[in-house]
Amino acid sequence: MSTISLVPLTPDQPLDLPSRGRVGMLSLIIGESAIFTIFVVAYVFYIGKSLYGPTPAQVLEVPIFNTVCLLSSSFFIWLAEGSIEKNRMRRFLLWWSTTICLGIVFLVGTAREWLKLIYHDGLTIRTNLFGTTFYSLVGLHATHVVVGLLMLLLVLVFTLTGHVKESHTERIQVLALYWHFVDAVWVVVFTVVYIIGR
Amino acid sequence: MADQVLTIPDSLSVSPPQIADETFLERLHGWVVTVDHKKLGILYVLYSVFFLFVAGAEALCIRIQLLRAHNHFLSAAVFNRFFTMHGTTMVFLVGMPILFGFANYLIPLMIGARDMAFPRLNAFSFWLTAFGGLLLYFSFIGGFGLYGVGSAPDVGWFAYAPLTARAFSPGHSTDYWALALIVSGFGTLGTAINIIATVLSMRCRGMTLWRMPLFAWLMFVVSGLTLITITPLTAAQIMLLIDRYLGGHFFDTQAGGSAVVWMHFFWIFGHPEVYVLVMPAFAIANEIIPVFSRKAIFGYPAMVAASAAIAFVSLGVWAHHMFTVGMTSVSNAFFTLSTMLVGVPTGIKIFNWVATMWGGRIRFATPMLFCIGFLFQFLLAGLTGIMLSVSPLDWQLHNSYFVIAHFHYVLVGAIVFNIFAAIYYWYPKATGRMLSERLGKWHFWLFLIGFHITFDTMHFLGFMGMPRSIYTFEPDRGWDRLNMIVSIGGFIQGVAVLIFAVNLVWSYYRGQPAGDDPWDAWTLEWATASPPPEYNFATEPVVRSRRPLWDLKHPEDPDWRYEQ
Repeated sequence: MSTISLVPLTPDQPLDLPSRGRVGMLSLIIGESAIFTIFVVAYVFYIGKSLYGPTPAQVLEVPIFNTVCLLSSSFFIWLAEGSIEKNRMRRFLLWWSTTICLGIVFLVGTAREWLKLIYHDGLTIRTNLFGTTFYSLVGLHATHVVVGLLMLLLVLVFTLTGHVKESHTERIQVLALYWHFVDAVWVVVFTVVYIIGR
Repeated sequence: MADQVLTIPDSLSVSPPQIADETFLERLHGWVVTVDHKKLGILYVLYSVFFLFVAGAEALCIRIQLLRAHNHFLSAAVFNRFFTMHGTTMVFLVGMPILFGFANYLIPLMIGARDMAFPRLNAFSFWLTAFGGLLLYFSFIGGFGLYGVGSAPDVGWFAYAPLTARAFSPGHSTDYWALALIVSGFGTLGTAINIIATVLSMRCRGMTLWRMPLFAWLMFVVSGLTLITITPLTAAQIMLLIDRYLGGHFFDTQAGGSAVVWMHFFWIFGHPEVYVLVMPAFAIANEIIPVFSRKAIFGYPAMVAASAAIAFVSLGVWAHHMFTVGMTSVSNAFFTLSTMLVGVPTGIKIFNWVATMWGGRIRFATPMLFCIGFLFQFLLAGLTGIMLSVSPLDWQLHNSYFVIAHFHYVLVGAIVFNIFAAIYYWYPKATGRMLSERLGKWHFWLFLIGFHITFDTMHFLGFMGMPRSIYTFEPDRGWDRLNMIVSIGGFIQGVAVLIFAVNLVWSYYRGQPAGDDPWDAWTLEWATASPPPEYNFATEPVVRSRRPLWDLKHPEDPDWRYEQ
């Protein structure tokens, strides 16, 4: 047996362990990504396979304004993360509220788009394959936006009642991680639905 | 059996054992609201053992029906429900919960933590899983089927489209199936997240990743695999419900949808799922085989690497379930080769276990017997797996009893054997009493004999052309005698499992007191009391090697001298 070293590592050395909140949220994001992957694959596979109209090219409009709103909200939540880290609570409140407003604008935009598709173009989830895959994928993403917004609103309420402090920075950042994920997914959904699929 | 008293300094219980002066209701309330990883682990195991009996009874009914040609024990419709429920129950309500139960109970103890990373998420996950199981079985009462009678799901555990479409599966039985799996799937996802966070963020001082017990390592890998395996099933179930309830067309061939897409989505979940089930069985073998061979595990880094390799390769093999669907020859070749590739890391593991036993002073206690059975059967299961991976042979044998025999060799011969091994090995830790070795040996031998009578014979039935999922057969096929033998083996296994149940209950009250470390083992869970106090360790343990208890027992020759 070779003697490599007789001096053990000092056992008292503290391990540099990652934060469990962050690890947990990242794991959730990996799992959610797999769900989205399946829906995206289904969408891509069924592009052009509808037996009857309307087709995406006929009815879809590219939601530029919506996309700008949602993606910029990621920037504002990042500003909010930075503010709470430096204990600037008023700024935090400002950026956090901006994020929520942008999220709501995005949802309203989606609602208007669906309203037009359903009542003007007559496209529902049962009309054809395009309808089935479109409402499922965009709807799944919108569901995630709603869940994210509910959590952001919860934090807003606690901030207004003065319960959120600098010591909660890490939790806020973990929540922000989820919001960044929701935004990143939109990039994929946008590309697949409005650019490749149209 | 060494019964020496052994402590990590100050790590043992400092308070006297709690005197049970609570009423029954108070104790029940304590179990319902608990967030303690040990209690939740036990709940998982009890829940799974209960469903093991239920699904085992279903299997025996199936075997009575197939005892001889033209038998009339079950009608065709009930037969369909029973094999669907048997498969679904065994995979989702027995296999996964029991293995996650062991992970829940053992990982915090093994890595010297106070609890899991998210105790309340842990409780939430368990109750979701439990609710999923109840939902599935409520379908027997609540799921109105074809003729307006109560009915359970009858579409097979892989529920191929278009059988699951509204037109062919009216009523709610298929919805119960889909919803139950979505609900318990979220429970599983929560547990997987919890295990990953626990392993990465909750380890005690000195417990680097490379000093973690292999059990924790493999559970970590399995949980990572679960994250990306269970979720596609959830996605596919959501699509199925959209089809059934909102009139969607995902799997509706009449509107341009594709039934083959369901197959792909299901097996993208379904094949890695096999590894989600079998790797915890490996994890159990990794703990038991060294302790009963009195040697450290052979090739620790190779074991970790092989596990990661299996998890990775398993993501690219799913379409070997679909060779008969008619894929291109390129896909057939790809999935044949990728499936064979899994054999390499798996083979490394088998060699490592054999090398661990090689030259060891093997103690043939019941846990070790089950592990040796596992080694032998898992090797055979792997070999028939390699046979089936060859697509031309699969065209011949697909959906025959040969396939049934192959995967029961994995699921029963490997996984259930190791689950039994784990229960015999850790029962003393959880209850403070040993399981009876005498009943254990009866259980092992009867189960082994019954297992081989049943599943060895099934291979031949497969070669003789008997397809799966048929509720009866013609007398002139020459399958009568072999089916009779298969059924007899099934009943021998049933008797063995009953002995096991008796052993569980009897030993709880009358078993020999276990002491803290009945097996003279080396991992941290044996350093605390049996059963462990709620806080696990009174002070945080400090670890210097992979076998902390070896270091304590042998200060003259500790492991950390050799490990770097």
